[in-house]
Amino acid sequence: MSLDTMPPLAATDVAPPVRRRRNRRRPDDGGVGRPTLLGTIVGGYLPLALATLIIALPLVWMVLGSFKTSGEVLSQHVVLLPHHPSFAAYSRASSQVNFPRLFLNSTIVTAAGSIIKVVLAITTAYALVFVRFPAKKWIFLGILVALMVPSQVSLLPNYVLIAGMGGVNTYWGIVLPGLGTAFGTFLLRQHFLSLPKEILEAAEIDGAGHLTRMMRIVVPISTPTIATVALVTIVNEWNDYIWPLIITNDDSRMTLPVGLTLLKNVEGDPSSYPILMAGAIVVIVPVLVVFAFLQRYIVAGLTQGAVK
Amino acid sequence: MSNALAGAAVARRPRVSPRILREWALFGLLAFPNIALILMFVYRPLLTNVYYSTLDWTLGSSTARVIGLDNYREFFTGPDAATVLGTTAIFTVTTVGGSMLLGLLLATVLNRRLVGRTFARATVFAPYVLSGVGVGLVWTFIFDPVTGVLAGLLRMAGLGSPQWFLQPDLSLTMVIIVYVWKNLGYCAVIYLAAMQAVDRDLLEAAAIDGAGPVRTFVSIVWPLLSPTSFFLLLTTILGSLQAFDLIRIMTPLGNGTTTLMYDAYLQAFGGYNRAGYSAAIATILFVILLAMTVVQLRVLERRVHYA
Repeated sequence: MSLDTMPPLAATDVAPPVRRRRNRRRPDDGGVGRPTLLGTIVGGYLPLALATLIIALPLVWMVLGSFKTSGEVLSQHVVLLPHHPSFAAYSRASSQVNFPRLFLNSTIVTAAGSIIKVVLAITTAYALVFVRFPAKKWIFLGILVALMVPSQVSLLPNYVLIAGMGGVNTYWGIVLPGLGTAFGTFLLRQHFLSLPKEILEAAEIDGAGHLTRMMRIVVPISTPTIATVALVTIVNEWNDYIWPLIITNDDSRMTLPVGLTLLKNVEGDPSSYPILMAGAIVVIVPVLVVFAFLQRYIVAGLTQGAVK
Repeated sequence: MSNALAGAAVARRPRVSPRILREWALFGLLAFPNIALILMFVYRPLLTNVYYSTLDWTLGSSTARVIGLDNYREFFTGPDAATVLGTTAIFTVTTVGGSMLLGLLLATVLNRRLVGRTFARATVFAPYVLSGVGVGLVWTFIFDPVTGVLAGLLRMAGLGSPQWFLQPDLSLTMVIIVYVWKNLGYCAVIYLAAMQAVDRDLLEAAAIDGAGPVRTFVSIVWPLLSPTSFFLLLTTILGSLQAFDLIRIMTPLGNGTTTLMYDAYLQAFGGYNRAGYSAAIATILFVILLAMTVVQLRVLERRVHYA
């Protein structure tokens, strides 16, 4: 599921991730009764540790797997740690599929798509909030409903259109159909509505035009929300799979997820797992690193609107 | 025209002054590209799809024949309908139920003031933002009946590994497990945020009245979470019905895992090139999604009350 198809129900403002100190008097178990040590361990730490392990171990296993040799993977005994950690899998993966090229393609598609989408989201949201136009509410509603339309349904018509325009196996063919941005527009509009009107009125009186007001005032004071939109967009573009899968057909334009599919098809036998894990790492780890540092923005963006 | 209206008309600026025209032009400049893209690539395909679904048309061929509702007839009277709709129903119900239930349980744990819960929260959310293809590959490695770590552990226990990739039922089970693994953190984080918004006074009042943790949860927290539950139900059903990445990478042939979404893909792009038939399936999927959205939005509007 694409991350930005969450239909936001409550029109809340994007919370620039502000961490609030919890009430210190707050009892540990949600305000009910006095926690016992045993209760805290059995009902708290044990499930917490279990859940964390179940989520984290497969990813650890991926990293270990990528450093193993084919022999270690094929062994009848479970080999936990690679005995002779090697980058062999990485270099072999590169020889099967042009990994640097895939990485470059993914980077180009992600960068171009994200930049254009964020710019379009800013300009559209600004226009919807600050520029006079009839029936703006209906236009916004149309954009909001687009959030609910499953992109999968539009696959075939978009393929026919883009292929007809000669967009198969081109960067623009990969990027173009996804450029319309409902998610970013929605998030930014809600945020712009919350900005103090006085600042903008003061600027208008000082003779600042719309573009000046947008670039010099609205954008700078909305940085956290724009960052949220940008991060969610970048992650989406990087992970995007089904569209690049059908619109590309050789690795000169394939993105990483599509190239990995190719790798899995080429490397059919089990001894190739280290190579596949190396490939999985290349697509997963960049997102994981970004998430590790900026997770508050990403979580805020993705869960926005769910809770009042 | 009455005096009052005339007064209002005079008080307003002339209907369309140059200044307003400039504003309109600016609006077009700023908003039109995005609106045009959405119309072109989101709304137009909905209509085109319905048209395509009436065609007997091989993808790539320049000729197509209008066959009315025959594609729909073929789907519903053919052997596929029961299997595909059944698989879609099982996949959707189990993944939605699984990720919401586990997410809720996890949220109640994360809601306690435990050391390391911030880290745990980030960890369980992480798979939600990772590439489905990467995650699918990792789990393919784990589930492999010969070399997988799961098979290895079962061997140590003296058991054989199930043939996850050959038996349709097991393939579906496997994809469901991985899908829940990837999505439960989203439910957990949303439930957690809702739980933290619960008024503390209510909980304290319940405690004073002698309600235990279970009673408090059932009578107070759960009813207060109902808007969140409906929101999650809506979004996770929409997500599950559109699941693609994991199915494509773990079970490319769709043996046991062909949902409506995957069938629409396979028919057009999986080697059959049956564009018209695929469009019909996609249209059926869209109608189901639309119906669910409308029904749930109505429920959300009318039925969900705070306790």
